[in-house]
Amino acid sequence: MELFGISLAFYALGAIAALCAGRGRLANALGAGAALAGSVVGLAAFAVAPASAVSQVVLPWGLPVGSLTLGLDPVSRLFLLPVSLLGAACAVCGAASLAGHDHDEAGHGGLGAHWCFFNLLLAGLSLVMAARDAVCFLVAWEIMSLAPFFLIGFHDDEVEVREAAWTYLVAAHLGAVCVLAFFAAFWAAAGTTGFDALAQAAADGRLAAPSALFLLALAGFGAKAGFFPLHVWLPEAHPAAPSHVSAMLSGAMISAGVYGLWRAVELLGPAPLWWGWTLCAVGLVSAAMGILQGLAQGNLKRLLAYSSVENMGLACLGLGLGLVGRGLDNPAVAVLGLAGAVFGVMNHAAFKGLLFLCAGEVLHAVGSVRIAHLGGLGKRMPVVGAAFFLASAGIAGLPPLAGFAAELLLALSLLAGLSLPGLLPRVAMAGALAVVAGVGGVALAAFAKAGGLSFLGAPRTPAAAKAPAPGPISRAGLLFLVAAVAAAAVFAPNLLGLAGPAALDFPGLDPAPARAVLAEAAGVLASVRAVGGVLVVLVVLLLVLRRRLVAANGARREPTWGCGYLAPTARMQYGPASFVEPAARVMGSAMGVTRRLDMDTGYFPARARFTVTAPDRLRLAFFTPLFEAVARACDAAKVVQHGRVHLYILYVLATVVLLLAWKL
Amino acid sequence: MELYHSVMVALLCVDLAFLAVTRLRSLTRLTAVQGALLALVPVLSAPAGDSGHMALLSLAVLAIKGVGFPWLLARTLTRLEVNPVVEPYLGFNLSLLAGVSGLLFSLWLETRLPFPPGLFPPLLFPTALTTIFTGLTLVIARRKALTQVIGYLAAENGIFLLGTPLSVQGSVWLELSVLLDVFVAVFVMGIAIHHINKTFESIDVGRFCTLRD
Repeated sequence: MELFGISLAFYALGAIAALCAGRGRLANALGAGAALAGSVVGLAAFAVAPASAVSQVVLPWGLPVGSLTLGLDPVSRLFLLPVSLLGAACAVCGAASLAGHDHDEAGHGGLGAHWCFFNLLLAGLSLVMAARDAVCFLVAWEIMSLAPFFLIGFHDDEVEVREAAWTYLVAAHLGAVCVLAFFAAFWAAAGTTGFDALAQAAADGRLAAPSALFLLALAGFGAKAGFFPLHVWLPEAHPAAPSHVSAMLSGAMISAGVYGLWRAVELLGPAPLWWGWTLCAVGLVSAAMGILQGLAQGNLKRLLAYSSVENMGLACLGLGLGLVGRGLDNPAVAVLGLAGAVFGVMNHAAFKGLLFLCAGEVLHAVGSVRIAHLGGLGKRMPVVGAAFFLASAGIAGLPPLAGFAAELLLALSLLAGLSLPGLLPRVAMAGALAVVAGVGGVALAAFAKAGGLSFLGAPRTPAAAKAPAPGPISRAGLLFLVAAVAAAAVFAPNLLGLAGPAALDFPGLDPAPARAVLAEAAGVLASVRAVGGVLVVLVVLLLVLRRRLVAANGARREPTWGCGYLAPTARMQYGPASFVEPAARVMGSAMGVTRRLDMDTGYFPARARFTVTAPDRLRLAFFTPLFEAVARACDAAKVVQHGRVHLYILYVLATVVLLLAWKL
Repeated sequence: MELYHSVMVALLCVDLAFLAVTRLRSLTRLTAVQGALLALVPVLSAPAGDSGHMALLSLAVLAIKGVGFPWLLARTLTRLEVNPVVEPYLGFNLSLLAGVSGLLFSLWLETRLPFPPGLFPPLLFPTALTTIFTGLTLVIARRKALTQVIGYLAAENGIFLLGTPLSVQGSVWLELSVLLDVFVAVFVMGIAIHHINKTFESIDVGRFCTLRD
């Protein structure tokens, strides 16, 4: 707890210092340094404390409502881990990428304001995970929600960036309204705002409509986590933000949505079975739609953003399995689902953070993250390419990385669910298992596209052909995350030992059988690790052997996709459109793909052009008309704002008289 | 007590007169009358033994509300060289009707509000509330910025009147409200009217509509 306080103090001091240090290099060093220091202390706090320790502290709080109660338990500690991990890596990479930034070009506040809000985001995230009081939680939630608006809008001279920032702000606050309503209703029933008191009120059955509260929490926290159909801000905000900010938002901030949902479900106590099934359904739909739309994207960062929707969906599925398993008295389903959810969030944070940072290096070197502008970058920037492929393999759930372990836990939970009583739950579990497997496959395709078309093949533009390798500082940030990912792969069974207590802490679970299930799962993961280790060694041996053989036979090197053509060009290789085309023939409607073929008619067309675009259909067909209608209604309401001062005063007078007359 | 009642009735009459007069000059004079009547209230309602302090307060009220403001208003009126006729949005008869409705509403409200017994001397509450309503009606129903200032002052005087019973607990509230008047004097009169006149070559608030977005 002390270390947590120190890390928080670093963030707060960093925010102030960066703001005071002006717009230039000093602010860059101070702000990033404080974020790094705070995050390193946070990591130390995680390493030092035992996995199942619970602590709580009440601090003075100057407000008449609520209290500043902070606490750490296994769930908080696990969800704080991505904040610290990514905080450190993003601070390093961000400082490196912004160092060359001409501060006159930056937004009005320059680098000082940027690092101030970055530190505020870290502090807000830490407070959200540690808050044990509704008011304190809401304040932290608001800090965490507001800071990214300014971070996304860093390049606010571009109109897309401004629009993305506003989209984010609207989405964040619509979600915040639901969260606020959730806690306000809870507060009204419980009388106080401490989480313990809220949970007690729910356990005593004092809540008027717990299901309505559950739906509020699902909408509010789901908007933050990016569950379908509330995901529309993600693919706008992530490409617009600077890459270290995208990494932070995608890796750590949207996890706060899952964390909030977890806490809400914990607080609400005994749950009807349909809550669990709803969460499962939301999770499956998010996962499937997220990754299908991700596959269709031609922009690297948009693809990564949609992949976040998929991963948060899987976490939601895990949480839902936890509720279903608890409701049906099946500890295996419950504890494996919950552990899979936490494990998945951890993995997603590390892998997605690494992917976004790699995308940031690509953007820095090439000036674009449209896959059609990239290609062959692996030769120019080998470290970034290797890191990207490692993270891609992890997030697509390939063994022996920890991403596989997380999906395996979910799959084990679903398999355990096949023994649930009744036909319908079994069919549902089998269907969910099929969807999860399918999602894994599509994710592999999506990341084969992202990694393969960007880093392999031949450069598609001159900028990609001349891309410079990243500097040593950025490389250090990337390698730090690579090391974390590798360590997670090696210590996956031990990580389950960390995720286990969080799942065991879930109220209403019988700990003895749950512990046994977890031990069994750890055994499975250990054997996966053993097989994976053997595989890795085998692959390395084969590679060495191949190199020897190739060298001995004196093979020639030809350009990629040369294929023996007389005059090969980079345009002959698979592009993002042609990669998606086969899948789009089958699943085009689900992916939201529109294909366009422009070709001269006749036997020898001189001109042919094929484009595949994948705009977010939900946004275009539902949210845009909805918000336009709201804007029209607001415009219509402006008739009362006519500028006649005396009539404004008449409004006031009429209101006062009516209130007095009505109430007395 | 007789004198106190007379003052209250006189204030009510001034309120109605505010709504009935057609000349700006008369309005400024009525402001002076209202201020002078108001200055009597602290002295008349002073608890025994504290009359010295209350007399000082009365003098201050007389100086600011009874002499200072009316003189400032009159001077502004002379300087602005505007049409000396009050231009209403709402006709004088209807304005009077509104004032009388305000009085009736205040009387009704006094029967409904749960006051601590003995807090308000008789007639004080309806008089004060009617003064507030009159001031606001003046703001709403008249066209010139100067009438709006006078209306604001009248409403402010009503609030002052409502506050007088609190002087039993200590006169700091009353003194604060006098301070608020001085603020109004500087802010509204000095800045607003002159600037409006300079910018729009008129003090017709109807033309503020061009300022909305």
